[in-house]
Amino acid sequence: MINVEAVYWLIGILFVAWASLIAADTNHPRRWGSSAFWGLLGLCFFYSTWVQAGTAPGWILGVAVLVLVVLASTGLLGHGKHRTSTGPERESYAKRFGNKLFIPALTLPLVTVILVLAAPVLNIGGAPLLDPKNTTLVALAIGAVAAVVVALLILKPKNPATPIFESRRILESIGWAALLPQMLTTLGILFTKAGVGTAVGTLASGLLPKGSLIAGVLVYCIGMFLFTVLMGNGFAAFPIMTAAIGWPVLVQTFHGDPAIIFAIGMLAGFCGTLCTPMAANFNLVPSALLEMKNKYGVITAQVGTAIPLLAVNIALMYFLAFH
Amino acid sequence: MLVLIGVLLVIVGFAIRLNPLIVVTVAGIVTALLGGMNPAQILDSFGTGFASSRSVTIFVAVLPVVGIIEFFGLQEQAKVLIGRLAKLTAGRVLIGYLAVRQITAAVGLNSIGGHAQTVRPLVFPMAEGAALRRYGHVPEKISEKIKGHSAGADNVGVFFGEDVFVAVGSILLITTFVDTTYHLHLEPLQLALWAIPTAIAAFLIHGFRLLRLDKQLDKEYREYELTAPKETAGEAK
Repeated sequence: MINVEAVYWLIGILFVAWASLIAADTNHPRRWGSSAFWGLLGLCFFYSTWVQAGTAPGWILGVAVLVLVVLASTGLLGHGKHRTSTGPERESYAKRFGNKLFIPALTLPLVTVILVLAAPVLNIGGAPLLDPKNTTLVALAIGAVAAVVVALLILKPKNPATPIFESRRILESIGWAALLPQMLTTLGILFTKAGVGTAVGTLASGLLPKGSLIAGVLVYCIGMFLFTVLMGNGFAAFPIMTAAIGWPVLVQTFHGDPAIIFAIGMLAGFCGTLCTPMAANFNLVPSALLEMKNKYGVITAQVGTAIPLLAVNIALMYFLAFH
Repeated sequence: MLVLIGVLLVIVGFAIRLNPLIVVTVAGIVTALLGGMNPAQILDSFGTGFASSRSVTIFVAVLPVVGIIEFFGLQEQAKVLIGRLAKLTAGRVLIGYLAVRQITAAVGLNSIGGHAQTVRPLVFPMAEGAALRRYGHVPEKISEKIKGHSAGADNVGVFFGEDVFVAVGSILLITTFVDTTYHLHLEPLQLALWAIPTAIAAFLIHGFRLLRLDKQLDKEYREYELTAPKETAGEAK
């Protein structure tokens, strides 16, 4: 059986490989800090296997995570210069390969979906081939590997390690933000443990007429919207509103389908992202990039979509999630 | 109720533009302390939180293939595809881009688009070019409006396209969080499927607004001609 831990080890190996490339790059302006950050992150992926299994102490990993935050936020992490293909080279490649360039890209979702759908019948000696608890993740990792193989076969780069070199370029341009989703999830878990959701739930139950499903749906979706506007980020709003309303009211009291409620709840939050200057990289950076007079011009263009779409999400949740 | 200070810290931290990693870490520590956890428990929570949320970071497994196809000119080829839309009005150029952005994001190709990669060098110039063909001159007010909508088409496309793809952070955040907290067992694919109705609604709503954009620009241009006749008269001499 291909276990999900194998997927995390693959990611750990990638991080360590990128860290070694950076360590070997004498022109890198933040060579050691960057290499240490990505290398340590990779090691955390391996070590987590035992934390998850309960056979290694979690606090060691906690210390490592705080070290990562310090490395990332004190300017020790930086961007290297990468030798990649030049503009004219890319144009001539694009002419040569044309739409074939999309084949590897499409291989990834195709393989993933096929494996997920076929997983129930993929058995070896009665044991499932893919970890049944994390089928999608395992299928996705296999899809990613298959896509690289297809890309190598179609594009035939001189150096077969091109995918690793080139992905380092993308990784470094993402920078510390690569760690942010995991930190936001951890924050959500901490918030829940500390009772933030319960506190918001207590506040909301004052507003909420008891036994009204539509009121619950409205408070959850609009709450996701407002918290996202305040925090600039649906990821941070989700654990709070879910602990406050989504789980106790919509799932436990009204027996809604959790997959539908949570998927649509997050999308209600995204409507908030369209309306807030707090989501600077989506709404303020582009107005600067486009040299706009009105720096809120992007938000102005988006509000007219965000509000009706929030209403659509509320209706979808109300009509689809409760049977 | 005291734990709500943590939420306040996140808001203030983001508002004064501190590094989000610091904001999140400090808010987490403060909230945990207010919630009665001791330092050892907090460190432990950071560790177990990290370990149980690794699935969110699976997007890095996709980077090697994106890296190699970008090396061989993926973005240039995407430009060629979008370029075929060039003989249209501003609103229709943007609908075309919205569709391309949503579909590519839905199959995991988020980095095909973006404000720096495509909106500034490609989408806005094409939309403005279309307006220039139509009006012969693009007043600033119209240009501003096209800029706002160019960036907006990118945001709407990526937000409501990417959730249809299973490896995106928000889907994995949902599964990680609810699986860890409520001991549920949600498959990312289930969530991605339920993102499809909203994706379609987003395309319809935003597409409709972009269709109307052309009419609004026509109207604004007529108003501009009425209020600023001197300039055109001056040029005519």
